[in-house]
Amino acid sequence: MSSIRCIQLCKTFRQGDEIITGLDHVDIVVDKGEFVCLSGPSGSGKTTLLNAIGGLDTPDSGEIHMDGIRIDMLAKGPLADMRLHNIGFVFQAYNLIPVLTAQENVEFVMQVQGVAAAERAQKARDILKEVGLVGMEDRKPAQLSGGQQQRVAVARAIASQPKLVLADEPTANLDTVASSQLMNLFSELNQHHRVTFIIATHDKRVMAYAKRLIKMEDGKIISDEMQAPILDEN
Amino acid sequence: MSNVSILLAWRNLWRHKRRTWLTVGAMIFSNSLLVFSISLQFGSYEMMIDNTLQAFSGHIQLQHEQYLDDPKMRHNLPEIIATAQRLRDELKLENVGARAVGFALASSSDRSYGIQVLGVEPLFEGRVSSIPGLVHEGRYLEKDSYDEIVIGSTLARNLKIATGDELTFLGSGLDNSFAAGVVRVVGTFESGMPDLDRNLAQVSLNYFNDSFAMRGKGHSIAVRAGNIEAVAGLKASIEALLKNQSDLAVRHWEELQPGLKQAIQADMTSAWFMYLVLIILVAFSVLNTQLMSVLERTREFGTMMALGLKPSNLSRLVIAETFLMSSLGLLLGIAVGFVITWYLSVVGFYYPGMEEMAVKFNLPDRMYPEINPVSLLLGPCMVAFASLLASIYPATRLYRLLPVEAMRAV
Ligand SMILES: Nc1ncnc2c1ncn2[C@@H]1O[C@H](COP(=O)(O)OP(=O)(O)OP(=O)(O)O)[C@@H](O)[C@H]1O
Ligand SMILES: [Mg+2]
Repeated sequence: MSSIRCIQLCKTFRQGDEIITGLDHVDIVVDKGEFVCLSGPSGSGKTTLLNAIGGLDTPDSGEIHMDGIRIDMLAKGPLADMRLHNIGFVFQAYNLIPVLTAQENVEFVMQVQGVAAAERAQKARDILKEVGLVGMEDRKPAQLSGGQQQRVAVARAIASQPKLVLADEPTANLDTVASSQLMNLFSELNQHHRVTFIIATHDKRVMAYAKRLIKMEDGKIISDEMQAPILDEN
Repeated sequence: MSNVSILLAWRNLWRHKRRTWLTVGAMIFSNSLLVFSISLQFGSYEMMIDNTLQAFSGHIQLQHEQYLDDPKMRHNLPEIIATAQRLRDELKLENVGARAVGFALASSSDRSYGIQVLGVEPLFEGRVSSIPGLVHEGRYLEKDSYDEIVIGSTLARNLKIATGDELTFLGSGLDNSFAAGVVRVVGTFESGMPDLDRNLAQVSLNYFNDSFAMRGKGHSIAVRAGNIEAVAGLKASIEALLKNQSDLAVRHWEELQPGLKQAIQADMTSAWFMYLVLIILVAFSVLNTQLMSVLERTREFGTMMALGLKPSNLSRLVIAETFLMSSLGLLLGIAVGFVITWYLSVVGFYYPGMEEMAVKFNLPDRMYPEINPVSLLLGPCMVAFASLLASIYPATRLYRLLPVEAMRAV
């Protein structure tokens, strides 16, 4: 069964008199357990597509099915629950909660999910360790570098054990070592826990990890190819 | 969500320390002012009631049912002394005194004044009225006093007489006969209430009975309860006891002293109007603070929604923030209010313009606020409640947020 199916998605934005195309008749099917990279020039519609799939924004026309449910038709409440329990987001601008520490930011979604305190604290510590932030648990976002904040955002997205991770430029601020550490983590989750990944990126190193590479331009999908991913070095 | 809200709400509160402290400060100010004012109200009303009723009217009076509206001599009760004694016996309460009232012209050798002559039971009058205790020259009436009189100090001055002098009075008795007599002034009293000091004279009920041809009748039986709260219950038991007696009415002090009740009500109305204004001002300051705080966090709220929080979670967060803020204002306000009010309840408090009230209701020239749980909590709780209400509007704005748009906000 396919996990995500988008049919003829269109989305335009209005900016004054100008009409900007976000998505132009996008058809895409992503199966459960896939590892997909979205690439394309700036403004090609990658973020717009991720937002639509994640139910953050409704398309002007078209359908989005997730596990057989039309999420573009869902009411706000059920849609929020669907995001809370199934989707992990890594936003392009991190969007951490400034008053919470790294540890608390990672725990936040789990807490809303109702995970017991001890369990989520342990899990948050483990994941922060995996993204290479040992010793930074008690820092607030303002006390972290861009790359560190980005890794906290990643930790937050995967801590809640989502079935689908939508990541928008997750390595934009990371050095080679940190970004391959992160991609190895993603690959591991993908292979061993069948977590579906859709990652928007400009980063060639990231694309190398993908089993499938989708290229976008002007809101359209211009190519969609399977590839042999580089394997986890460990 | 619950514990994340409290921690998060608490941290959010201190993102703008100064703004939060300003709002909390407004709460502390108004809460302590409310604690003080309400305590002062409690203190002064109680004093007003006590002092006014103590002086003369008592908490309850038994009267002929028409006497209150039409205080004529013929609106009287039979066997007044026996009835008073019966009340004392059955209620096991000594604070009961029978009275009769007449009007007369009082004359000394060179002057005459219209006075109110009150016949009292000398042994019991002191238990329903403070006047016997306020005799400042001579003495009060005694058990077997007969042709003796005690008069107000102003009256004594006006008549130019002193204790030991004689006074002639002329009035009309119950049967419209002349009521006349010569009595000796044994004492003068100073109640501090100008009307009483100028007009009132007291004789023994026996003497009054003979001079005014009352045949054992009288006009009222004054009763004093142990405290103001006991009045309603006492009134009910008196009514039950005397339910067979026709033409009898048992009057509550609110009926006897409508002016007192009106004065209290008028004062309460203006005080509550002021409190309301104060509470609304605080509520607006909370509204302003929370609205600003919600608007500037649009992006953050958008993120939280994207992560799967519902608008209801977010609005609960905003209300939790307000709750913490108003709890802080509540606790500190009560503490500050308590300290100030407690201090003033010990040393007393004076404000200009108080004299008029003081004279009218027989008050001392200093007020002593009375702190009790109600005066301590009522105002601050209403401020906290109004603050929570005021945060509803900012909280509902979150229901309009769309995650993507909110996340694009700066
Ligand atoms: N809310 C909006 N209002 C107006 N235009 C928008 C809005 N959101 C997106 N756009 C426009 O839609 C197009 C697609 O934007 P999108 O953010 O999806 O691009 P992207 O591929 O993610 O780009 P980047 O690589 O720079 O992140 C762009 O031209 C962008 O300017
Ligand atoms: Mg983008």
